[in-house]
Amino acid sequence: MAAKKIVLTFPKSKIDKPIVYKLIKDYDLVFNIMKASITPDQEGHMVLELSGEPGHIDRGIQFLKEQGVRVEPLSKEIKVDWDKCVQCGACVAICPTGALYVKDRKTMEVVFDPEKCIACELCIRPCPPRAIKVHF
Amino acid sequence: MAKTIAEINEKIKKGQAVVVNAEEIIEIVARKGAAQAAKEVDVVTTGTFGPMCSSGAYFNFGHTKPKIKAGGGTALLNGVPAYTGWAAVDLYIGATALPDDDPRNKIHPGEFAYGGSHVIEALVAGQDVRLEVAAYGTDCYPRKHLDTWINLKDLNEAVLFNTRNAYQNYNVAVNLSHKTIYTYLGTLKPDLGNANYCSAGQLSPLLNDPFLKTIGLGTRIWLGGGVGYVAWQGTQFNPQAPRSENGVPKRPAQTLAVIGDLKQMKARWLKGVSFVGYGTTLNVGIGVPIPLLNEEIARYVSVRDEEVQCAVVDYSEAYPQGKPEVLGEVNYAQLKSGEIEVKGKKVPAAGLSSYKNALVIANDLKEQIKKGEFLLTEKVADLPAEKAPPFKPLNERPVKEAK
Repeated sequence: MAAKKIVLTFPKSKIDKPIVYKLIKDYDLVFNIMKASITPDQEGHMVLELSGEPGHIDRGIQFLKEQGVRVEPLSKEIKVDWDKCVQCGACVAICPTGALYVKDRKTMEVVFDPEKCIACELCIRPCPPRAIKVHF
Repeated sequence: MAKTIAEINEKIKKGQAVVVNAEEIIEIVARKGAAQAAKEVDVVTTGTFGPMCSSGAYFNFGHTKPKIKAGGGTALLNGVPAYTGWAAVDLYIGATALPDDDPRNKIHPGEFAYGGSHVIEALVAGQDVRLEVAAYGTDCYPRKHLDTWINLKDLNEAVLFNTRNAYQNYNVAVNLSHKTIYTYLGTLKPDLGNANYCSAGQLSPLLNDPFLKTIGLGTRIWLGGGVGYVAWQGTQFNPQAPRSENGVPKRPAQTLAVIGDLKQMKARWLKGVSFVGYGTTLNVGIGVPIPLLNEEIARYVSVRDEEVQCAVVDYSEAYPQGKPEVLGEVNYAQLKSGEIEVKGKKVPAAGLSSYKNALVIANDLKEQIKKGEFLLTEKVADLPAEKAPPFKPLNERPVKEAK
């Protein structure tokens, strides 16, 4: 099993067509929709985490491209500067996926799990010491 | 049998003092009882590391040739205005001061990327800081302009002087409105989306000495990674706040004004921070040693998170409008579990005061005392306690424009 996070951009002409379900049906892939915004008559955007056999993932991505969907790797990466971090919990309250979380309720240590991060950037501004940065 | 601070200090000097932190004493008192704990343990160390807005530093930057009088003029430190209303070359920089050209909340919520607290952190970190002074010039102080780099090591006196720190308990902030709000207690999501609190609970200095039996004027403390002293009661000092049966206040109550030599402090423990939509403030680290003089004090320091109640307050309406309503009471064990219940809804809770770093401070102070490097002090005078005048809001008397 392999996993890959991708960013999809659907052209205006495609947003009313069912596409991503075929990843399950025809390519035997599991996907988790991490973020989606589709506005009628405009572009649609979606962040997916795909998991399945590596060959299936590649063929599934090829299928999406053939449908006119732009596929890019999720290359935005959130990094925490632990020297700047004051170990408060301001980000924990804001993080929608639990990527920033309190590891142990006795020590109250705040940690970051990049695997769970969807790079939504909601944590950047509420961080009081501004210890969280986006890297492209 | 009661102990004295002098006796404890003798043991500290010999490296024989028994010192534990405010977390460790809980179990000791539970196991052996307060009377026995008071016999066996000499000092309990507390700690807190959180945003404390009424903080700042003053310093004397040395006379120039020819001389300049900043007093009555203006001064900027890395672009942040410092207070000049003193003699020639003394300045005070407050944590919440902002550059004149900072856009504030013109585009709400503002960033507040840099302010007085960041200047203090830069100074303590040993960085060069730009000082610009504009003066009006006098016969004795003829110079009118100064633009120079300064560094903490070259300043004459540099003193951290915070007028309100170490709040004994604090509100839990929530948002009942339908839009996100931006407060000094962090970003609060609409419709009870989250709850933010700000106290180290069972480690917090003043929660371990609820009636200030041992902490008073002149008490030596761990401040910003160096040594400091209690200078006075803090502003908004309110010992009359309602208390639980164990004596611990259930609302924001007593505070400390603290002072100490900035030159021996560390940037890790004086951190400039920015609250989006609110402003800048300084994260201050404070540790207070509590001598276990008798059984009563042993009982106080054994306070546990579940025994400290605090009020949940709506920061969209009740707090800004000065209304007294609270939405309920919760304790710090509930808050630290990460979820509380407010108005029947489960609300995720997060702390702005760092428990992890509070423990680092309490342990650092513990080690210093064990090694004989930090001696305790007798307080010079009590802080006012029950005799304090009530903490009151402004009696506003609007000025009518003359016609």
